[in-house]
Amino acid sequence: MAKQLVQKAYVIVGALVLMSSTLVAMGPATPAGAAFTYQAKHAGGTLHLLASTAGGTLDPQVNYTLQYWQLYQASYDGLVSFQKVSGLPSFDVVPDLAVAMPKVTNGGKTYTFKLRTGIKFSNGKTVTVKDVLASFQRIFKVSNPNAGTWYNDIVGGPGCVSKPATCTLSGGVVVNATTNAVVVNLIKPDSEFLDQLAVPFGSIVPANTPGKDEGDTPVPGTGAYMFSKYNPNTGLTMKRNPYFKVWSAAAQPPGYPDTIEMTFGETVESEVTSVENNQANWVFDPLPTDRLQQISTKYASQLHVNPLTADWYAPMNTNLAPFNNLKARQALNYAINKNDVVNLYGGTKLGQPTCTILPPGFPGYKPYCAYNSTSSSTYKGPNLVKAKALVKASGTAGDKVGIVVTNDPVNLAVGQYIQSVLNSIGYKATVKPLSANIQFTYIQNTKNKVQISVSQWYQDYPAASDFLNVLLGCTNFHPGSDNSINIAGYCDKAINAKMQAAETLELTNPAKANTMWGEIDQAIMTTGAPWVPLFNPKLTDFVSKSTGNYQFSDQFYMYVDQLWVK
Amino acid sequence: MGEIGSTNELSTVDLVAIGTTTARGPESPWRSSLRQLRRNKAAVGAFALLVFVITACLLAPVYAHSIAHENPFVSNLNGTIRLGGKTVQVLQANTQGLGLGVTPIGPTWHFSTYFLGADSQGRDVFARLLYGGRTSLFIGFISAVICCGVAALMGLVSGYFGGAIDWLISRLFDIVWAFPIYLLAISLSVVLLTSGLNIAFIHIEAGSLVLPILIIALVFVPYVGRPIRGLVMSLKEREFIQAAIGAGASDSHILRKEILPNVMPSIIVFFPLMVAFNMLTESALSFLSIGVQPPAASWGTIINDGLDLLYTRPWVAMAPGIMIVITAGALNVLGDGFRDAFDPKAKLRGSI
Repeated sequence: MAKQLVQKAYVIVGALVLMSSTLVAMGPATPAGAAFTYQAKHAGGTLHLLASTAGGTLDPQVNYTLQYWQLYQASYDGLVSFQKVSGLPSFDVVPDLAVAMPKVTNGGKTYTFKLRTGIKFSNGKTVTVKDVLASFQRIFKVSNPNAGTWYNDIVGGPGCVSKPATCTLSGGVVVNATTNAVVVNLIKPDSEFLDQLAVPFGSIVPANTPGKDEGDTPVPGTGAYMFSKYNPNTGLTMKRNPYFKVWSAAAQPPGYPDTIEMTFGETVESEVTSVENNQANWVFDPLPTDRLQQISTKYASQLHVNPLTADWYAPMNTNLAPFNNLKARQALNYAINKNDVVNLYGGTKLGQPTCTILPPGFPGYKPYCAYNSTSSSTYKGPNLVKAKALVKASGTAGDKVGIVVTNDPVNLAVGQYIQSVLNSIGYKATVKPLSANIQFTYIQNTKNKVQISVSQWYQDYPAASDFLNVLLGCTNFHPGSDNSINIAGYCDKAINAKMQAAETLELTNPAKANTMWGEIDQAIMTTGAPWVPLFNPKLTDFVSKSTGNYQFSDQFYMYVDQLWVK
Repeated sequence: MGEIGSTNELSTVDLVAIGTTTARGPESPWRSSLRQLRRNKAAVGAFALLVFVITACLLAPVYAHSIAHENPFVSNLNGTIRLGGKTVQVLQANTQGLGLGVTPIGPTWHFSTYFLGADSQGRDVFARLLYGGRTSLFIGFISAVICCGVAALMGLVSGYFGGAIDWLISRLFDIVWAFPIYLLAISLSVVLLTSGLNIAFIHIEAGSLVLPILIIALVFVPYVGRPIRGLVMSLKEREFIQAAIGAGASDSHILRKEILPNVMPSIIVFFPLMVAFNMLTESALSFLSIGVQPPAASWGTIINDGLDLLYTRPWVAMAPGIMIVITAGALNVLGDGFRDAFDPKAKLRGSI
């Protein structure tokens, strides 16, 4: 779900063992993994959510932001979905619109689903296999951000990527209206295919939904709620789906509020004050660092802190001076004091310095720190002596370096800190702040000649390849394109081959594959150092005193629809 | 902004009229005006305040290196200071409640160490305030010099020669004037501060102070140039100019020797006002991150730095704000003094 998730407040990550919410003060604490028990007495009311800006298009097959993905959990369903429970089991994929998990045959290349019967969209029409086929085709027709990387393994996918308008996925998705069967044929086995179907891109929408980004127009879904109003300038409203009936509480539990409203346009400071004054229920945006002390002291019972499987990192352009020189990249890895960066984010309770690409607790994670003040697998501090020596050895001292960051306070502060570090080891650095709306695509496009930037990555689903292959694989480097998520432009063919091998191994031996991913992580940082991994963040959710039943998914974060309005 | 200027018929005769007569003959209008300025207590006080502010800002390196022993341009996120015999972190982690948040040290009120506290990068705010003043005042003064110089030149040429030249220059003024000042300044800053200025043999880097100076000077040129043009057009009709023309004096001679001395008091009256305007514009642009670029400091950038600390460390934003108010106020009062001394008819300027 990528970098757009950044718009949330985050801080460090500890081990996933710690992943259960550290503070669940309001409402009953549901044990991790236990299905939610619906308590009708808490139903009703209007939930007021606040976000400083809208999250873009409302189309679930196009939008790629946490802001709306959190809302989609209660409004859309795929054939499968991530389990709606708290804790680690929220990473598990369960059947949703499908009766059961698919039957996998043909060496992992054929998935056979059976669609549930009697489920209706929020417009009253019954969900049929035709809608399923059309939804698969629509992924390509709307040029879904990951159509070319996730879904082009479906037979016919590559043709749909090149000619979206005429996409049929002939032979790729075969449906039978009589048996309600949906057969998906892949070109090659893909161990992450079900994860990719379980995110909102895999939502099943009516077959007559136009094959274009619907933008501000709500698309009917099957979830407990439906979008009834959307104005990117003012806000959105979700009402109960009148046709919704529970078919699987693990996949789509009933929600509590009658209405969910998200208002746009206030400053974050104002949002926080509104929640403090009980005028709103929740703040989507990252909490201002200046208010953290007050909130965590005076409103401690209303603040929830959860570790995330995410990275804050500084990708260095491996194809552009000075960072086309390995020694220069290693120098910066030695020079940056990650504890200082954590302080800029809000302190050690909100972030944990990291040296690896994979977050702690993630599949394949192995503690390791190649660039450290002392030899240790955990981060201890910077080594400026080594850093300066490497800069000198690289012959890049005196080079000008531009650091492209978003212009929000924390990113800007991190950028200014990196500027200070670069200047101290011999470079002439400048900070280039850009609006968050454009920075993410700007730093991906090689035409912009970005030397180094500050970015964030939040898992789409729990698989090592979602970090290593997506962010540093050769196939995800597209020079001249805004959609080149391998921002560092790093391409080591030997390591890329190992990543392909690890992905194949996942199908038969996940444990061994994860060991391999850990080795790949270490190899990338040791031999390539394309990033400076900075820290793993934690997420802070601040709710009002009249808000109860806070539940947290490790996959999609707070369950908005499970909140009680007291 | 107050009204700046309409046409004026200030002449040597007028200037003589505001002087006094001594036993040795009539006092020169310049001397008379300066004497009148010296008698203006408010103007003298404002001048003294400005001198104090400027001197303090000029001494910024002395304060930073010899008294505070801090580099205000380098992040100091894990630094410590000695305070009251104890070692204190510059960035202090919250130890109450859930322990979230890190807050920069607040004002120590000890002149030698973090007098006004630290910003979010752990830098000494007071040292940055002094350095920031140097930048803000430097940009304010230099851009005012350029603005008044260019405006005077264009106003003189336009008003004296008239015709096509006047039409061309007046339309240029109209074009610039058609844009809201801040919108124009922001637009120019966004473009130029991203890629720098590269025209023919002129290459100015994106982070250079020259860019905000030129941008600010440019956007205010019509505000000074138009009244000067009107003044010149008025002077051109006066007898002493007609006499000079009749005596066969060259255009250059008339402009330099007859018109410019009569226009100069008006420019002097404008100057403090433009310094204040330009300083405020610089602060606004820097506040919007499109003026002076970090780690360099100006009062505007420091206010921007302090914006995210308003709740816990309001002095970071308040201190430069107070300095801007003091300096702009002093310049305004001094400008009023200049007006009373050089332009007693008060047709040329209002106030901020």
